Amino acid sequence: MKSLRAYAFAYLAFLYLPVLFLPLFSFNNSHFIAFPLSGFTLEWYRQLFADDAMLHALGNSLEVGAVTALLATLLGLMAAKAVTQYRLRGVGAMLGFISLPLFIPDIVLGLSLLLLLGVIGFPLSLAGVVLGHLTLCIPFAITVLIARFEGFDRNLEEVSADLGEGPWMTFWRVSFPLILPGIAASLLLTFITSFDEFLLAYFLSGTEATLPVYIWGQLRFPERLPMVLALGALILVASVALVILAEWARNRGVEKKSIGA
Amino acid sequence: MAFLSLSKVSKRFGDFAAVDGVDLEVPRGAFFALLGPSGCGKTTLLRMIAGFAQPDEGIIAIDGAMMNGVPANLRPTNMVFQSYAIFPHLNVFDNVAYGLRKERLGKEALRARVEAMLATVRLEGLGARRADELSGGQRQRVALARALVKQPKLLLLDEPLGALDKRLRQAMQVELRALQKSLGITFLLVTHDQEEALSMADQVAVMSGGKILQVASPRELYERPKCRAVADFIGEVNFFHATVKSIDGDSVTANAGVLGLVTLPRANFTFPFAPGDHILLALRPERITLSGGTVAGEIIAASFLGERSHYQVKIAGRAEPVFVASPGAAPQGPVMLGWQPESLISLPFE
Repeated sequence: MKSLRAYAFAYLAFLYLPVLFLPLFSFNNSHFIAFPLSGFTLEWYRQLFADDAMLHALGNSLEVGAVTALLATLLGLMAAKAVTQYRLRGVGAMLGFISLPLFIPDIVLGLSLLLLLGVIGFPLSLAGVVLGHLTLCIPFAITVLIARFEGFDRNLEEVSADLGEGPWMTFWRVSFPLILPGIAASLLLTFITSFDEFLLAYFLSGTEATLPVYIWGQLRFPERLPMVLALGALILVASVALVILAEWARNRGVEKKSIGA
Repeated sequence: MAFLSLSKVSKRFGDFAAVDGVDLEVPRGAFFALLGPSGCGKTTLLRMIAGFAQPDEGIIAIDGAMMNGVPANLRPTNMVFQSYAIFPHLNVFDNVAYGLRKERLGKEALRARVEAMLATVRLEGLGARRADELSGGQRQRVALARALVKQPKLLLLDEPLGALDKRLRQAMQVELRALQKSLGITFLLVTHDQEEALSMADQVAVMSGGKILQVASPRELYERPKCRAVADFIGEVNFFHATVKSIDGDSVTANAGVLGLVTLPRANFTFPFAPGDHILLALRPERITLSGGTVAGEIIAASFLGERSHYQVKIAGRAEPVFVASPGAAPQGPVMLGWQPESLISLPFE
């Protein structure tokens, strides 16, 4: 029992200690990543926010992430509704194929998308990155939303029709509020997936860099390293916050407070 | 003209005819029950009346208006679902108010209407409760109030009491019946529970295999079933094979095998017959006496149920026992089974 606990701590340390080096050294008053720490500074953070190229890349990433999240969630919503509402032939196989990109190595996926866009003459751009990210994000969106649709009684939509509402109002007044936590979770998860993704973005972005691609580029300059660490620390904090928010939304039951009465 | 009228209504799922050529007339203001075992097509029939399914053949009309092709949200019906299907994201008040959006009532008028409905189903003061804070009986009342507040011409109830425990079920039976009488709305109840149908409804249609076997008042169904399936489904019954021997004016004599020669009123036959015909005689357990009769038997099992006891009586020449229900204690030793001639129900031999 005791050794098991020690193992668990060792495991967590192995997982999280390297990650904690990022924020630690981002406040260190030296270009060299080495102990002992020489002093506390916010200089790297100051440099970071003065770096226009970085801010531009951040803007690109936010844009790609937002567009990807919206499209993936919208497409996932339609797919999830179809899958849960109608008895379709070959649903299992279809969902399997949709999830396949998750199991194909990103490098293979990136290369094939690069070739495909080249063949059809689609310019390398942020739009290309969005397409690439959609292949990764749609399976997440569908999985999250199917779980949400399956979680509620189909009779609720029939009750709404029975009480006089047509299909649109029924969706708006019954289905939408009930799957809202799922939609929120899907938006957050797909956004993070896109925001953190490097390989596809590296292959498909052309001259416009997303933030991970920009960071990769900066690693060539040793004197920029502390600034990259500061950036990494900020992304880490934001990602963890978003994941926690997404999980909270996903697990939130239907115990929403009512508006009337 | 009947208020709800079904004519040759059929619904097939693949090769299976869930509802098979049903004709049905429900009068205005009636409490009408569709009774049948699960899988008999009664729920499919109800869903076609509500508009959740379309008949493959036949016509459904409510209050003189043809309903075929009319979607559920435009029909003058409201339904209480078996699962109740209370909207989990809304409280009791908003659940009941859900269907009133289109009536564009003012805030006060809406509140008054919903509060009055909550009072009718005895949920006053619970408007702010959420669905998961309600008991089974309260959920049932919310579902009922949500449907009734729309003031439908026809209220459909799909096994509305199935999820409640026995005591609550019996209390709700009385309450539903009283509510229907006071509101004057036509109720159409679907149930597999014969006690529920018999105790609440004015008229009961017995369904089996997608067809309606008999439509009658509860008393008539019990005392004058038209076929073996109805007699068997409504209450406990003993069947005896018999052959018609002779007809003398108002009484018929039949050779009932182990029961010997029996006579019964001619009025107990609901079908044409002639001497020599094979028929089936049905005898309810509570119509059989244990003494003073003509058929000798022996009690092989007895169970005491309080106000009465159930007995299984073995008689010579018959493999299965005869079921007898009788008030009071069983006599000791051999019994002599007896019955009144009019208690013998005559059914066609199938």
